[in-house]
Amino acid sequence: MSFSEVLQGGSLFAYAPLIIAFPLLGLLINMIFGRRLGERAVGIIASSAVGLSFVIAILQFFALSTHPEGTSVPIADWITIGQLAVPWSLKVDTLSVTMMLMVTGVSALIHVYAIGYMHEDVRFQGDPGRFTRFFVFFNLFVATMMVLVTADNFLMMFVGWEGVGLCSYLLIGFWFEKGEDGIGNAIAGKKAFITNRIGDFGFLIAMFLIFGAVGSLQFADVFHWAHEHGLENVDVITAITLFLLLGATGKSAQIPLFVWLPDAMAGPTPVSALIHAATMVTAGIYMIARNQALYDVAGLSSNLVALIGAATALFAATIAVGQFDIKRVLAYSTISQLGFMLAAVGVGAQVAGMFHLVTHAFFKALLFLSAGSVIQGIEHGHHHLEHVGANPGGGEAFDPNDMRNMGGLRSKMKITFWVYLIGALALSGIFPLAGFWSKDEILADANHESIVIFLLLTVAAFFTAFYMGRQILMVFFGQPRSEAAKHAPENPPVMTVPLILLAVGAILGGVLNLPGMHTLTDWLEHTLHVHVTEFNPVVAGLSTLLALLAIGIAWFVYGRQPMGKGSPDPLRRMLGPIFVGMENKWWVDELYQFLIVRPYIALADVLADVIDWRFWHDWFHDTVLARTFREGTRWLNDAFDLRVIDGIANGLGNLTQAISGRMRFLQTGYVRNYALSFLVGVLLVLSYFIFGSS
Amino acid sequence: MDTRDLISILPLLVLAGWACLLLLIDLFVPRDRKSITAILAAIGISVALVINLMQLGEVRQAFNGMIVLDGFASLLITLFLAVGLIAIAQAYDYIKRRGIERGEYYSLLLFTLCGMLLMATAGDLIVVFLALELLSIPLYVLAGFARPQLESEEAAIKYFLLGAFASGFVVYGIALIFGATGTTALDGIVASFAATQENPVLLLVGSGMILVGLGFKVAVVPFHMWTPDVYHGAPTAVTAFMSVGAKAGGFAALLRVFLAAFPELSAAWAPMAMWIAALTMAWGNIAAIAQKNIKRMLAYSSIAHAGYILMALPAAANPTVAPEALRAVLFYLFGYAITNLGAWGVVVAMEKAEGGGLAIEDYSGLSNRRPGFALAMALFMLSLTGMPPTVGFIGKFYIFRAVIDADLIWLALVGVITSLISAYYYLRVIVVMYMRSGEPETRSESWLNATVWLTGLGTIVFGIVPGPLLALASQSWLSSLVP
Amino acid sequence: MPSDYLPIAVLIVLATAVAFIAILIGHLFGPRRPTVKKSDTYESGMRPIGPGTRRMSVHFYLVAVLFILFDIEIIFLLPWAVVLREIKILGLIEMVIFVLVLLVGFVYAWKKGALEWE
Repeated sequence: MSFSEVLQGGSLFAYAPLIIAFPLLGLLINMIFGRRLGERAVGIIASSAVGLSFVIAILQFFALSTHPEGTSVPIADWITIGQLAVPWSLKVDTLSVTMMLMVTGVSALIHVYAIGYMHEDVRFQGDPGRFTRFFVFFNLFVATMMVLVTADNFLMMFVGWEGVGLCSYLLIGFWFEKGEDGIGNAIAGKKAFITNRIGDFGFLIAMFLIFGAVGSLQFADVFHWAHEHGLENVDVITAITLFLLLGATGKSAQIPLFVWLPDAMAGPTPVSALIHAATMVTAGIYMIARNQALYDVAGLSSNLVALIGAATALFAATIAVGQFDIKRVLAYSTISQLGFMLAAVGVGAQVAGMFHLVTHAFFKALLFLSAGSVIQGIEHGHHHLEHVGANPGGGEAFDPNDMRNMGGLRSKMKITFWVYLIGALALSGIFPLAGFWSKDEILADANHESIVIFLLLTVAAFFTAFYMGRQILMVFFGQPRSEAAKHAPENPPVMTVPLILLAVGAILGGVLNLPGMHTLTDWLEHTLHVHVTEFNPVVAGLSTLLALLAIGIAWFVYGRQPMGKGSPDPLRRMLGPIFVGMENKWWVDELYQFLIVRPYIALADVLADVIDWRFWHDWFHDTVLARTFREGTRWLNDAFDLRVIDGIANGLGNLTQAISGRMRFLQTGYVRNYALSFLVGVLLVLSYFIFGSS
Repeated sequence: MDTRDLISILPLLVLAGWACLLLLIDLFVPRDRKSITAILAAIGISVALVINLMQLGEVRQAFNGMIVLDGFASLLITLFLAVGLIAIAQAYDYIKRRGIERGEYYSLLLFTLCGMLLMATAGDLIVVFLALELLSIPLYVLAGFARPQLESEEAAIKYFLLGAFASGFVVYGIALIFGATGTTALDGIVASFAATQENPVLLLVGSGMILVGLGFKVAVVPFHMWTPDVYHGAPTAVTAFMSVGAKAGGFAALLRVFLAAFPELSAAWAPMAMWIAALTMAWGNIAAIAQKNIKRMLAYSSIAHAGYILMALPAAANPTVAPEALRAVLFYLFGYAITNLGAWGVVVAMEKAEGGGLAIEDYSGLSNRRPGFALAMALFMLSLTGMPPTVGFIGKFYIFRAVIDADLIWLALVGVITSLISAYYYLRVIVVMYMRSGEPETRSESWLNATVWLTGLGTIVFGIVPGPLLALASQSWLSSLVP
Repeated sequence: MPSDYLPIAVLIVLATAVAFIAILIGHLFGPRRPTVKKSDTYESGMRPIGPGTRRMSVHFYLVAVLFILFDIEIIFLLPWAVVLREIKILGLIEMVIFVLVLLVGFVYAWKKGALEWE
C-alpha cells in the first residue's frame, strides 16, 4: 500500500488513541527516570511526546480530508450499569481535529520554549529539581486536554475537563511556597480550583439533566434527541444549556466566574501561555460549540451566552487598561478575547468563534511567551546587578513583572520586541494579521444578529487596541525605568525560535478562513451547522479605524512623552476615579469577598461555633448523651452486664475455643486421618447423589 | 487426524515439546548458570502465549471432539500461561536463595502448565483425567523440591498420597460413567442420557466421584485437609503457583464437565455444590482466623476462595444465568490470580533462609522498612477481602450477582457474611504491618519486585477499570452451551 | 444396565470369600509349634542376613521405574508392529514421536546417573 493510499483510507483513524498515549508515555518516562536523565533529556522527551501527538493530529487531518464525516474510535467500555453505558471512544471529526491540531501544535512550541524558560526559572526560584516535575505536569495537561477534545460523550469530556482543571491547579501553584507571604501562589491555585468547581457543578447538573431526559450521555444520542424531540422539551434543554453555560463561564473565565484567571498568572509563564491563554480556557467555547444542537433549540440560552460573552469582552478590556503587571494585562486581554469567542458562539457563529479561538491561540501564546522573555530578561538584568554588587532594588522587593520597571527594551531585546509587536498588532486587529480576519468575522456576525452585542464588542475592540498600544509603549519605548531594564539581555534561541514560529502563525493565521475562501467554514460544515459569513467592508473599516485611533491615543498618552522613573501613569491624571476603578479591577474581587466569601465564612463560623461546638458538642454530646450514657451504663453494668452479658460472652468465648479445638483435632497432620475425612466426604456426597436427589 | 487438529493444540504442543527439550538442554547447563534454563522456560511460555492469543476467539473441535477449543479454553490458557510467567519470575531468585536451584524446576513447571492447558481444552473425560495427572504429578515433585527439608518432603508425600486417592475416584467415576452411557465424550454423555432416559444411578455415582476428585484439586471442604500442610511445606514460590494455577485448572475441568456433560443431573449436583460452597467458605474463613503462620493463613484463605468460586457452579445450573456465572468465574479467577500471586510474592520476599520470617508477627514494621511492599500487601489483603477499589471487590460483586440472579439468596448471604469474617484476618496483616514496630528483614530481588508491582498495579487498575477484563471474560462461553 | 455388572459383583464376593476361607481353614486346623528358625526371615532357603524389613537402596526403585518405562514401550510396540502396514506412514511418525519422548526421559536418567550403580 503506497503512502497516498494510506492517507486516503480511513484506517488512519485507528491511530487516534496515540494522541493521548504519547504525552502519557512521555510523562511516565520523565516521572520514573526523570531524575537520572537530566534536564536536556527530560525537555526533549516531553517536547517530542507532544510533537508526536501533533504528527498524529496531522494524520487525523489527512484522514478527515477523505472521510470528512469523521468517526468514533472505540477504546474500551468504561462504565456499564443498568441503562447507563459509557464507552470510551475517541471522536474524530472536523471540530475535534481542529482543536487537536491547535492544541498539540501550540503545545509543542511552548514545550520547546519552556525548556529554555524553565532552565532559568528553576534557578531563579532556587529549586532546580522541579524542572522534571514541570514537564510531567505539562505532558499530563496535554494528555487530559486531548481526552477533553476527543470525548465522545459528556462524561469523558467531564473527565478531561477535570483533568485539565487539575493540571491548571498544579501548575498555578507550581511555586507553591512562593508569592505573597509565602503562600500567595498556593492561594491563587486554590482560588482557580474553587471557582472552577462552581462551573463544574453546573456541568455536572447539566449531565444529570441530560441523562434524566435522554437516558444516554453519548453526544450522538443527545444531539439526535434534541433534533427529534427538541421542540417539546425546550424547558429541559434551556435548563441544560444554562447549566452548561455556567460550566463554560468557569473554565473559560467569563462573568461571573472570571476572577481566577488573573490570579492564575502566578504560574510560570509557559503555563500562562499554554493553559491560561491558548488551550484550556478555550475548552468552554469548544464545549458550547460542540453542543450547538442543544443551543440551537434554546434561544434564551443562546442569547445569554452572547450577552455574557460580549459583556465580559468589554468589562475585561477596561480592566486591562489599568494594569501594571505585564502578565495581568494579557490575562484580562485573554478574558476579553474569550468573551469575543463566547459571543460568537452565542450568536450562532460557531465558525467565527472557532476561527478566533485558533488565531487567538497563536497570538496570545506568542504574547505570553514574549512577556516571559521580557520578564526573564529583566530578571537577568536584576541578577546581573546583584552579582556586580550594585543595589538595584533600593531595599524593597523587586517585581520583574511590573511594567513601571521596564521601558526602552526595544534595543536590548530585538527579537522579543518584533514578535511582541506582531502579537500586539494581531490582537488589536490590524490588517492583514490573523486577528483582523477572525475578529471581523465575529463582528460581522454580531452585526447581523444583534446591535447590542455588536456595539459592546466594537467598544471592546477599541479598548483592546488601546491597552496593547499602552503596553508596547511602556515596555519597549522610552528610557529604561530601572537598572535591571538597562541590563536586560536577549534570551537564547531555544526560547526565541518558538516565538518566531508563533509570530509566523500570528501573521498567517487568517488564511484559515479568508473571506471568499471559507476554508474553515467548509471544513467544519461536516460537523456543525454553519453559514458563510460575508465580508462586511463597513464593519471591517470601522473596526480598523477604531483600532488605529486607539493606538494613536495610546501614543498620544504614553509615546509622545515617555513615562519617567517613578512617575504615575499619565492616564490617572486624565481619567481620575475611572482609572482607579480600572486599576482595582472595578472591585469585583472585593465585591465577591463582601457578598459571598465573607457571609460564607461567617455562616461557617456560626455553624462551627454555635451549632457544632456549643449545641452539638457542649449541650447535646456532653450534657444529654454523656449523662444518659453514664446513667445507662451504671444500670447496665450493675444490673445487666454482670449477670447477663458476662454469661453470654463467656459462653461465646468458650464456644469459639471449642470450635477451634475441634478444628485443631481434625487438622492432625496425619495423612490417614485426612484420607478418612476425605472418605467420609465421598460417602456423604455419593449418598446425597443417590438418595437425596431422587 | 489432520493438521487443523494439531494447530488447535499448538500452544500445548509447543509447550510440551519445549519442556522435553528444556529437560535435555538443562543437562548441559552448568550448575551455577541455571538462570539460562529459567529464561529459556520463560521464552517457551511466551511463544505459547503468543500463539494462544492469535487463536483467541476461535471455536472448533479437534481429534473427534477430544479437544474443544472455545472462548472459555483460550481465555483460561491465557491465564495459565501468564501465571506460569509470573511463577518463573517469582522462583528465579527464590530457589537460588533457598539453595534448591535445579533446572528441573522449570521443566516441571512447564509440564504442569501442559496439564493445565489440556485441562482447559478437554472435551472428553479421558482427556480430563490425562490432564489431571499431567497437572498433578509435576506438582507433587515441585512440592517436595526443597528436599532434604523435612517439611517439604512431608508436603510432597501428603500431597501425592491424597492426590492419588482423589485421582482414583476420578478414574473410577469415569469408568462408571462409561458403563452407564458407553461413552466418555462430554457431548456423547448428554446425547446418550437424552436417548435412554433410564434410572441414572451409575451416572449419578460417577459424576459424584468426579465432583469429589476435582473438589480435591480445588481444595473444597471436606476434601481440603491437605491444603494447609502442603501449602505450608512446599517451597513458597511453588505454593504461589499451585494456589492459583492448580485451582484454576481444577475449576476449568469442574465447570466444563458439569455444565457440558451433566446438565440433566443438575438437580443432584447443584444443591450439593451449593452446600459444599457454603461449608467451604465458612470453614476456610473461620479456620484462617486462628493461624499464626502467613502461609497457613493464605492456605485457608485459598480454601475460602475456592468456596466463592464454587458458588458459581450451582448458579450456572440455571441456564439463563449460566453465561453470567461463567463470566463471573473467569473474572474472579483472573482477579484472584493477580491478587494471590502478588500476596504470595510478598511472602516470598519476606521469607528467610531457614523457613523463618513466615509468622504474621514477622511483618511488624514492614511499612517503615519497605513502604512500597507494605502498601502492595495491604492492597492484596483488601482485594482478597473484597473491598473496593480492588479487583477482588469486582470479582465478588459479579459472583454474588450471578448467585442472586439464580435465586440462591441464602448462598449469597453466606458469602457476604463469611467475607465479613475474612476481613478479620486479612486486616490483621495490615494492622501488623502498619501499627506494630519492628525491623523485618526483606529482600529486594528485581524479578520478584517486578511481579509484586505488576500484580499490585493490576489489582488496583482492574479494580477501577474492570471493563476490559470483563469484556474479555464475556468471551468465555462454553462452546457446548451455544445452541 | 446395572444388572450387567452382577457377574462381576458375584466374582468379587467369591474371590474375597475363597481367600478368607483359605486363610481361615489353615488358621483353624493347622498345628502351631513355633521355633526360632520357623519365625525367622524367609530368604528362599538361604541363611538370612538381617531383618526382613530392611531398607532398600533407592536405586532399586529407579531401575524399577525405568524398567516400567521401557516395558510400556514394548507393550505399545508389539501391537503397533502388527498393524504397521495398515496405519502406514502416519503410524510410523506417531511411534517415532513416542519413542523420542521416551528417549528424552532415557537421556535425562542416564545423564543424571540413574543407571550407575556404584
